[in-house]
Amino acid sequence: MPPRQSKRKATKTGDSTPSKLPHLDNIRSASSKAASKKNDNVDEFFRTYANSLSDMIEPEGVERLCSDLNLDPTDVKVLMLAWKMKAEKQGYFTQDEWQRGLKALKVDTINKLKKSLPGLEKEVLKPDNFEDFYLYAFRYSLIEDKQKCIDIETACILLDIVLGSQFQIHVDLFKEFLQAQRDYKVINMDQWVNFYRFCKEIRFSDFEDYDASQAWPLILDNFVDWMKEKTSQC
Amino acid sequence: MSTHHLIVELTEGWEHMQNGIAKLQRILEGEPEAQFSSEEYMILYTTIYNMCTQKPPHDYSQQLYDKYKDAFVEYIHIRVLPSLREKHDEFMLRELVKRWANHKMMVRWLSRFFHYLDRYFISRRSLPSLNDVGLTCFKDMVYNEVKGQVKDAVILMVDKEREGVQIDRALLNKVIDIFVEIGMGHMQCYENDFEEPLLVSSSGYYSQKASVWIVEDSCPDYMLKAEDCLKKEKDRVDHYLHSSSEIRLLEKVQHELLVVYTSQLLDKENSGCRVLLTHDKVEDLSRMYRLYHKISKGLDPVANMFKEHVKAEGMVLVQLADDAASSKAETGGGSQEHVFVRKVIELHDKYMGYVTGCFSNNTLFHKALKEAFEVFCNKVVAASSSAELLASYCDNILRKGSNEKLSDEVIEETLDKVVKLLAYISDKDLFGEFYRKKLSRRLLFDRSGSDDHERLIITKLKQQCGGQFTSKMEGMVNDLTLAKENHNHFQEYLSINPAASPGIDLTVTVLTTGYWPSYKSSDLNLPEEMVKCVEVFKEFYKTRTKHRKLTWIYSLGTCNISGKFEPKTIELMVSTFQAAVLLLFNTSDRLSYSEIQAQLNLSDDDVVRLLQSLSCAKYKILIKEPSNRTVTSSDYFSFNSKFTDRMRRIRVPLPPVDERKKVVEDVDKDRRYAIDASIVRIMKSRKTLSHQQLVTECVEQLSRMFKPDFKMIKKRIEDLITRDYLERDKENPNLFKYLA
Repeated sequence: MPPRQSKRKATKTGDSTPSKLPHLDNIRSASSKAASKKNDNVDEFFRTYANSLSDMIEPEGVERLCSDLNLDPTDVKVLMLAWKMKAEKQGYFTQDEWQRGLKALKVDTINKLKKSLPGLEKEVLKPDNFEDFYLYAFRYSLIEDKQKCIDIETACILLDIVLGSQFQIHVDLFKEFLQAQRDYKVINMDQWVNFYRFCKEIRFSDFEDYDASQAWPLILDNFVDWMKEKTSQC
Repeated sequence: MSTHHLIVELTEGWEHMQNGIAKLQRILEGEPEAQFSSEEYMILYTTIYNMCTQKPPHDYSQQLYDKYKDAFVEYIHIRVLPSLREKHDEFMLRELVKRWANHKMMVRWLSRFFHYLDRYFISRRSLPSLNDVGLTCFKDMVYNEVKGQVKDAVILMVDKEREGVQIDRALLNKVIDIFVEIGMGHMQCYENDFEEPLLVSSSGYYSQKASVWIVEDSCPDYMLKAEDCLKKEKDRVDHYLHSSSEIRLLEKVQHELLVVYTSQLLDKENSGCRVLLTHDKVEDLSRMYRLYHKISKGLDPVANMFKEHVKAEGMVLVQLADDAASSKAETGGGSQEHVFVRKVIELHDKYMGYVTGCFSNNTLFHKALKEAFEVFCNKVVAASSSAELLASYCDNILRKGSNEKLSDEVIEETLDKVVKLLAYISDKDLFGEFYRKKLSRRLLFDRSGSDDHERLIITKLKQQCGGQFTSKMEGMVNDLTLAKENHNHFQEYLSINPAASPGIDLTVTVLTTGYWPSYKSSDLNLPEEMVKCVEVFKEFYKTRTKHRKLTWIYSLGTCNISGKFEPKTIELMVSTFQAAVLLLFNTSDRLSYSEIQAQLNLSDDDVVRLLQSLSCAKYKILIKEPSNRTVTSSDYFSFNSKFTDRMRRIRVPLPPVDERKKVVEDVDKDRRYAIDASIVRIMKSRKTLSHQQLVTECVEQLSRMFKPDFKMIKKRIEDLITRDYLERDKENPNLFKYLA
């Protein structure tokens, strides 16, 4: 069967800005001056990194931003920032995204941004947000048009970044498994999502409560088999 | 009747009645006395009538009703009870039978004398009828006193009979009748006072017997005894017990003899069920079936042992075939597999015989046989699946000049059995694929023994596995018929257009791509002579049909070529590939491996195989340098002009490529599509479904063709999720949703 035309674009984050109620607009107009001042600062901040031709922050700009923030580009905080901005394309920030993110963080300079990062991290790690963030990380890694899966190599890196701090042992073993097995070359979103559920729900490391007759993706069945064999050999 | 008759006083009237009663008693006691004349009877009746029809206070109905009963009480007291009390056991029984008969007679007579009471007095007041009063007297006074003794005496006699002593069955029959009759239409007396104690004592009797027999006797002997006991008990019921006791009594006996010792009996060392099966003790097995089929769930353990036995026998065949295959590996004996299939068929015949014979076609045993065969028929036998073995067995039978010379009937019968065996194999799709491979070889190389047989087995397969399963096979057989017609048209075409003739006899078999196994079409550089042939046929084909594309499968072609060897010319029957190699030597005497390969434009595998068949096998038409048995890319080849053979015509065989791997791969691929299609079909109609339900339904849908592996289904689900046919429910990860 041929792959289907992507039928679900609805999951994209580009929701139209909610139409504001008119009277709210009036109330706001009082403080609109201050707000627009802030807007100006955010935009100026944006232009510091943006490519003037494309009017976007491009990979080179992102790199600059990272070094100004004293962050490695693979640092999870960069991904968190992208999540906050709801950035769609890896390595790029549009002006809208930039405004969305920075306004939400209430910052308009590099120093304020730097200071807001620990708070952002705390926010992301709240369970409700984290699930969304985890999913976002996968979607953010889909670079090509109509790409639905990420290759094993990317998946391993991404897992390290996103889940490494919470489930280090799980991630390390799963990575080892992914490198060792031959059945899968790519990971789809369902497998990705279910690995997180697996980390949360299944007792490590005897997997006694893992039931392969449940709807777990096969890749996790294989992982558990592989783990059991590994431990029995020890 | 006079209207002014005198009043009859009670004392006066009763005295008269008493005389009558005394006479009756004398008759009953057997004392010399004449029978009642009708006059006497009429006077007695009239006396009662008169006394009952007088106006109060002279209506003596109530008094007479009481006195009627008193007459019985008195008689029983004075006569019946004393005579019973002085007798015991069988004698007491005889006396009782006699007394009961007398009593019934007395009741009959007296109730006739007093009949007028019944008609008005009794019915108006709803009192017990005269008959009932009479019988109740006996029940209250006699029966209740002696019933315990009677029951004991009867059971004693029954036990005696069980031990083989002859007893007076007629007597017992009469005694049992008393138990029934005394109930006056109800069975409580019989059931409570006699049957229940009899059942208890019978249980005790057989329990004791069984405990001894089970230790001393072999299983067949025990069963013989049990069957005999049951037969005799039934006989007992028929002769002197009430028929309602049959079920209950036999149940008790069965329980003690069979149910209690089921496992001990069936598992008996050296004589239990498995041993009987091993030694084909058909009669004993039939007996076992007869005994246990009456018991609820009684056959379960027997069927289970049968299943285990058949399974074990089957596994022995698998093991034998494995051993034979590994020991014969060097000699390359292929017929070993056919031996296996034949033995499995024999095994099936044998045990199907048991099911229909010993086990009366019982469904439980059909199921057991099926389950047993399913186990070992799905094992890997001698490194092949039994689906493959079965297909090649069919091939062996259907092929022209097969090793076995069989009559038409035997062939038909065998094919029938093979198809039956297929029912036990879960990889029916694999069988189908192998079968088509073999069928294609039979059809294309004209090796099929009989068109009728080919069609016959396809019909049988169709009946069993459905039309979808055989549609391609049917297509193949039909294709060949069409191809023959087509060839005739081609001949006509050539005779009309002699200019077009390629100068070589050419037969082209046009097939429908979809029906046949997929063949790889190779880019063989065809010899010039043959290129012409192809062109001619293409021209012809264009006149016959449009919009059809011809793909040439040279690997399936055969050629007859004349080899002009120095000793004599020999006709060589070779494949098109082989012919292409040989024709190269028309222009060169000596060619290197790489030259040959370059000119043919074939893969290394093919070239090696071809050269091997022409230079290293039975007929060395080419001379290889260096001369050894394996072809390498540095070898040189030249035409062996000295070659000769005693035949004028020889077939130079080309070993076929081992296609097993490809077949298995093809089947695997088809299965992936089948599972995908099944899942999508299910989800399309159900929209939302739990994982377990989805898997179950999928397995069910596909089980006609093969048994899908759970992992495979899961893998397909993963894949369908990636391709956006399905998604997992956000709340419940065990639930899948169809994405329309």
